[in-house]
Amino acid sequence: MATSASAQLSKVVKRQYLELPQGDKVQAMYIWIDGTGDGLRCKTRTLDSEPKSVEELPEWNFDGSSTYQSEGSNSDMYLIPSAMFRDPFRKDPNKLVLCEVVKYNRRPAETNHRVTCRKVMQMVEGQNPWFGMEQEYTILGTDGHPFGWPSNGFPGPQGPYYCGVGADKAYGRDVVEAHYRACLYAGVKICGTNAEVMPAQWEFQVGPCEGIDMGDHLWVARFILHRVCEDFGVVASFDPKPIPGNWNGAGCHTNFSTKEMREEGGLKYIEECIEKLSKRHNYHIRAYDPKGGLDNARRLTGRHETSSIHEFSAGVANRGASIRIPRSVGQEKKGYFEDRRPSANCDPYAVTEALIRTCLLDEEGDEPVDY
Amino acid sequence: MATSSSARLSKSVKQQYLELPQGDKVQAMYIWIDGTGEGLRCKTRTLDSEPKTIEDLPEWNFDGSSTYQSEGSNSDMYLLPKAIFRDPFRKDPNKLVLCEVFKYNRKPAETNLRQTCRKVMDMVENQHPWFGMEQEYTILGTDGHPFGWPSNGFPGPQGPYYCGVGADKAYGRDIVEAHYRACLYAGVEICGTNAEVMPAQWEFQVGPCEGISMGDHLWIARFILHRVCEDFGVVVSFDPKPISGNWNGAGCHTNFSTKQMREEGGLRHIEEAIEKLGKRHHYHIRVYDPKGGRDNARRLTGHHETSNIHEFSAGVANRGASIRIPRSVGQDKRGYFEDRRPSANCDPYAVTEAIIRTCLLSEEGEEPVEYN
Repeated sequence: MATSASAQLSKVVKRQYLELPQGDKVQAMYIWIDGTGDGLRCKTRTLDSEPKSVEELPEWNFDGSSTYQSEGSNSDMYLIPSAMFRDPFRKDPNKLVLCEVVKYNRRPAETNHRVTCRKVMQMVEGQNPWFGMEQEYTILGTDGHPFGWPSNGFPGPQGPYYCGVGADKAYGRDVVEAHYRACLYAGVKICGTNAEVMPAQWEFQVGPCEGIDMGDHLWVARFILHRVCEDFGVVASFDPKPIPGNWNGAGCHTNFSTKEMREEGGLKYIEECIEKLSKRHNYHIRAYDPKGGLDNARRLTGRHETSSIHEFSAGVANRGASIRIPRSVGQEKKGYFEDRRPSANCDPYAVTEALIRTCLLDEEGDEPVDY
Repeated sequence: MATSSSARLSKSVKQQYLELPQGDKVQAMYIWIDGTGEGLRCKTRTLDSEPKTIEDLPEWNFDGSSTYQSEGSNSDMYLLPKAIFRDPFRKDPNKLVLCEVFKYNRKPAETNLRQTCRKVMDMVENQHPWFGMEQEYTILGTDGHPFGWPSNGFPGPQGPYYCGVGADKAYGRDIVEAHYRACLYAGVEICGTNAEVMPAQWEFQVGPCEGISMGDHLWIARFILHRVCEDFGVVVSFDPKPISGNWNGAGCHTNFSTKQMREEGGLRHIEEAIEKLGKRHHYHIRVYDPKGGRDNARRLTGHHETSNIHEFSAGVANRGASIRIPRSVGQDKRGYFEDRRPSANCDPYAVTEAIIRTCLLSEEGEEPVEYN
C-alpha cells in the first residue's frame, strides 16, 4: 500500500487525547535545518506559559552527531529561536519555533545560512526588498513512487494535469487543502496553490515577505507540509528532478522587487538588476541548491519550461529563460521579476541573500563579499 | 480497484485541518476553460478579506503553455473574474470564481466563448431569454470503464435503470447526492436530478437562468461535479457516446423561452423560432459540441431517443426530433421548447448564443453576424 503504517493508526483515538485540556502549560516545537541543508528536524519542550514573542523563548541544544552536524565526542549544538508561529497540529496556545543552529563555539553551523542572510538584509532594509517564492514539490507514496501513479508504470503524458480537476488529473489534493489551511492558521504568508504539470506534483506560493521573513516563512511552510504528509501517510519530496525523462522537474521560482522597482518607472531598476545577474550566473547557480548546482543540473536542461544551467537568459513572459519578466510588468513598466533558477530543495536564505548581494550590493565575481 | 489512491487518503485527517480557523484570510479558487474547450482548470489565491462582489476580485494570469492555450516563449494569459459562487469544498467565506481567459494581447482566448455570448445576450435582454439545460454525464472508474459495470463486461440491457432505485439499478448515487447539495450551497441554480437510461449515467438540470448566467451556472455545476467525483475517487465523463452500441449517449438538452413565449398565445412565437431553427441546422450542429459536430456525430444517430444529425425535425412530445415541444406547452399554447441536439460536452455559452442569434436576432446562413 502506498501509505504508511502510521496513517492507519486511529485518528479518532488521537483526537480524543488532543482534546484534553493542558492547563497553563504550552508545548513549543523547536524546528531546525540539519546537516544536509535540506532536511528538517524537530523536538518539543514544555513551557510554563504562552510565549508572546520569540524573544521569550529560551535557547536550547541537541545532539548534532545524530543530524550529520557534529562528531559524537563534541556533539552539543545550540538552537537559537528565530521565528515563532502558531502550531496547526497541536493548536493554540502551542507554538512552532524556527531556530538557527550554532556550534559549540557559538559559530553558525555549516548549514545555518540565516545568519549571513540576516546581516545582508539589514544592510538593505531601506530598499524594502520583497520576495515571493513558488515552492514546487512531489507527493510520493512510502514506496518512493509518485502518489497515485500506477505501481508498475506511468500515467498518461503531461498536458491535462496543470491546474487540473478530477480523479484522473489531480492526485492528492487533500494534502494541498490541509497544508493551505494549516499554513493560514500558523500565520505563514501562503498566498496560493495550484496543481503542477506532472501528476502528483503541486505548488504553493509564499509571500510577499520582506527581507529575512521570506526564508523563515518558507522553511516553516515546508515543515508543515512534511507533517501534513506524515499525517496522511505519504511523503513530500523537494527533489528537483524526481522522475527522469519527459516529466517536469520541481523548482522554487523566486520573485523579487524593491520599493524602487514597484514604483513608477521601476522597470529601469529591474533591467539593471537583470544585467548584474547576467554577469554572475555561476555564483547564483552555486547558491541555488544545497549541492552547489549538482541537484539543479538534473533539472535545468532547457526543456520542460526551464532554462539551461549553462546559460543565462532573460525575457518577458518567457518560461524558458533564467529570468522571466511577467507580461503585466512589461506593460506597466514597474513591478518585479522572477528568477526561475532556484531548485525546489534550495535554501531560501541562500537564494534571497544571493539576490540582494548581486542586485543591491553590486557584488561581482564568484565569491560573496565578507562585510 | 475502480477508485483512485487519493480517495483512500484519510478524510477525517483532512477534516481536522479544514476545521482550523483561517482568520480574515479568504481562499479564492479561480476556474477557467482550457484550450480543449471542455476541460476545466483551477488555482487558488489568498485574499485579505471576503470579496462581496465580482469587482472585489483582482485579475490574475496563468501559464497558457501548460493548458494547450499558448506557446512557452509567450505563455502568460489573463484571467478576468466574471462570476462568484460560494465554495462548497472549503466553505464560507471562501469562493469559487469563474473567469474568462484572455491572450497576451488582451483578445479573448480561442475557447473563451463567453465574451461574444455576453454581447449577444445584452442585445436581447429586454426579451428576457430564459434557459434550462439538462446535463447528462457518465461516472467512470479510474480504469475508464463505467462505474459499477462488471470489470470485463456489460450490465443487463437498458430498461430498468432510468430513474431507478436499488443497488442493481442505480450506480453511484452518492455522487449525485453530494453534487446536488454542493450546488445548492454554492448558489448554482440546480433544479433537479434523475438517473438516466444507461447504468452509471445520470442527469442534473440547471435553470431557469436568464441570459449569460446559464453558461456561468452550468460551467460551475460541471466544475463542482468534477471535484465531487475527485473526492470520491471516480471520474465524470461528458463524452456524448461513452459506450458504442446499444447504450444511450449523453446530451445537454437545452430548454428556451422568451417573455413573449411564456405569455398568453406564446406558442406562435415558439413556432416562429422553430421555423428559423429549421433553416439553420448546420450552423447549430457546428456549435453544439467542441469539435464542430464530430463529437455529436457519434451520438445523434436517430436511435436511442436522438434525432439524426443530418436532418432537422420538430414535434410535440417527440423525443426522436431535433426540437421537442412538451405536450403541456402544446396544450397551454405557451411556454418553452426543448432543443435536444446539444452534446453533453457542449459549451453552454456557444449553445445559448446560437439560439439567441437564430431565434431572436433572426440571423441566417452558416456564419454568425459580427455586431459592433
